[in-house]
Amino acid sequence: MAVAMHMSDGLVNAPTSLAFGLLAALVLAVAVSRARADLDDRTAPMAGLVTAFVFAAQMINFPILPGASGHLLGGALVAILVGPWVGSLCIAIVLVVQSILFADGGLTALGLNVTNMAIVGVFTGYLVARSLRGIARRSRGGLVAVAFVAAFGNTVVAALAFVVEYALGGAGGAALGTVFALMIGLHALIGVGEGLITAATVGAVAGTRPDLIYLLRQPARGRAVAGSTS
Amino acid sequence: MTTSTRFYVGFLVVALFIAGGLSYFASSAPDGLDTVALNGCQTVRTAGGEELTGECIARNAADHATAGSPLADYSLFGGDGTVGPAGIIGVLVTLAVAGGLFWLLRRSGART
Repeated sequence: MAVAMHMSDGLVNAPTSLAFGLLAALVLAVAVSRARADLDDRTAPMAGLVTAFVFAAQMINFPILPGASGHLLGGALVAILVGPWVGSLCIAIVLVVQSILFADGGLTALGLNVTNMAIVGVFTGYLVARSLRGIARRSRGGLVAVAFVAAFGNTVVAALAFVVEYALGGAGGAALGTVFALMIGLHALIGVGEGLITAATVGAVAGTRPDLIYLLRQPARGRAVAGSTS
Repeated sequence: MTTSTRFYVGFLVVALFIAGGLSYFASSAPDGLDTVALNGCQTVRTAGGEELTGECIARNAADHATAGSPLADYSLFGGDGTVGPAGIIGVLVTLAVAGGLFWLLRRSGART
């Protein structure tokens, strides 16, 4: 399997890394306070298991082209299953464990990786899924299709976030246009894999415990409920 | 076992199977980001290991600060064929950290 799956130290300069580190810390602090409303005796264990599942799934690099692979990022998956605030904490925990214990993803690049996958990826997946919630609530097939589309979106937009970071403070070595074209092209392919894994996982949960799916629990559009965090 | 417990146990078993077994079949090719970072580089094998030459982003990559971790690179002490046990440890550690945090954060006793 691929030894390093996330950004290493040194790809982006120190000031940019620091700025994204502060941004990530700020958003995660908000996430901790907002997550409380979505966590109870039933959803807290689910959120823990979803986090462990994302760790496991990220280990599975699947081939996309000769000599190139991809792996799950998990943004839409966690957003659909446990909501965006809890979900961003799920992905952040996976990234911290990977960086500290598995030497995957640089420590100084943690803020960048958290921004791309735990914040941009999760909220992109959530916004896509939420905008298509009507379809997701209609049938299991609809939910699975929405999961695929949201996951594809989270992959491509997370890749775009890296391009932005590289444009702001990249240490150099490649032209920005090349980086943009390659990142988006490769992650469009990876996004198909991300979509399939997310659709299969959400579909499996929907088949056994649809009540545990955050997206399906949320009130229908236009009927805001007091205490709703969405 | 309640339905919830059965579901949770099943979910964990699936995660452990993926990390502990399926991980042996994962592609070892660089992922999307690594492919972009390595674009333009040639990997040259030298006596001291592999070196990158040419113009590419990955030349700027620093050695990892925790490269000496016993679980570094998804292995047990760098041993061949240890991705499975390393993955299982990772799943359990992740579950403990995340489960612990979310259990502490939950609105205790509340049900939705």
